[in-house]
Amino acid sequence: MTIDINPLVIFFASILTSNMILSNFLGMCSYISISGEYKTASSLGKSVTLVMVFTTALNYWIYKLIIVPLGLAYLQYVLFIMIIAASVQIIEMAMDRLLPDLHIKLGIFLPLITVNCAILGTTLFMVIRDYNFIQSLLFGLGSGLGWWLAISALAAIREKMGKTKVPRGLEGPGIAFIITGIMALAFIGFSGIFTIT
Amino acid sequence: MTENIKEVISRNVWKENQVLRQILGICSCLAVTNLMINSLVMGLGLTFVTAFSSLTISLLRNAIPNRVRMIVQTLIIAAYVILVDIFLKANMTDISKALGPYVGLIITNCIIMGRAEAYAQKNPPLISMMDGFFAGLGYTAVLLIISLFRELLGFGTIFGFNVNFLGFETWTIMVMPPAAFFLIGTLIWVTSNIFAPNKGKKS
Repeated sequence: MTIDINPLVIFFASILTSNMILSNFLGMCSYISISGEYKTASSLGKSVTLVMVFTTALNYWIYKLIIVPLGLAYLQYVLFIMIIAASVQIIEMAMDRLLPDLHIKLGIFLPLITVNCAILGTTLFMVIRDYNFIQSLLFGLGSGLGWWLAISALAAIREKMGKTKVPRGLEGPGIAFIITGIMALAFIGFSGIFTIT
Repeated sequence: MTENIKEVISRNVWKENQVLRQILGICSCLAVTNLMINSLVMGLGLTFVTAFSSLTISLLRNAIPNRVRMIVQTLIIAAYVILVDIFLKANMTDISKALGPYVGLIITNCIIMGRAEAYAQKNPPLISMMDGFFAGLGYTAVLLIISLFRELLGFGTIFGFNVNFLGFETWTIMVMPPAAFFLIGTLIWVTSNIFAPNKGKKS
């Protein structure tokens, strides 16, 4: 059923209508805790996008070439999480060699990304929806960009709010959730444009 | 024993509730709260995984080299998550389908890793297991509160039973994602207001 969906539709839908944070609630932990400052949030978004594309592509082949032929479906979680942990390490080492400037900027976030649920979530959605390779690649890219968009938007709003007085007890995470709720409401407005299920 | 069982219970379920006070484990927490039955199953699954992974990690705490402990912990957690996943697939097919990828995502739920790092690393097995168990129950309680509101207002039902006697118009928005964000924000607001006066007096 999903085979005939245009990969570009998947790409835009995963940014706007089925955004990882705003409609699937994935990657919330780092989304709430690292959204205080726009610059840091944006760097984290970039690294998540990078890792997400890389691991989705890799996990696709692991799933098709190892898990399915050997009937290891019950071990898929262990394999996926190990692939994610390993590729984060590899990306970090490669970046250190090839792009030291970027590594200094993103370095501290890379280890955190291993336990970001959005990464594992994207892989699991890809498996459940039975995407082909091109679809998976664009789904990974779109989900990463969507995550980046959401965290940058939240961080920018929180920075603007700065010294605004917030009701007692609602400061910090409380208000961040309310803002996210309003953002999610706004994103529902996109829902007529594309649909993937 | 450094801490007695009552303290462990009150700390995990109420005083330092993982979701509301520590803001951990939010991801799965919001996604499954559209129906109470999903929340209950998810909460119990997480409680099981947290309790047993805390037990295992605590038993092995002297055997695991410090440098590779993260990956060992992740593998232990993944093993228990696989058990939960297989159990759900075999016995509750519908719920397993409804929860979809979120069962697998228990692996990356920060609560489990948090309890392993903060507690099971340093404490004896039995009390660690209790700690994990009650942290899981605290999480389940929050899930049930949120899903109670969402299911009642969104579908007019509680655990699938129709309680919409007055025949009010159900709010579609409660079933959709934004409502989850608003509800958790409000819950955090309420709980931190309950705790804030105490904090003020102490300091």
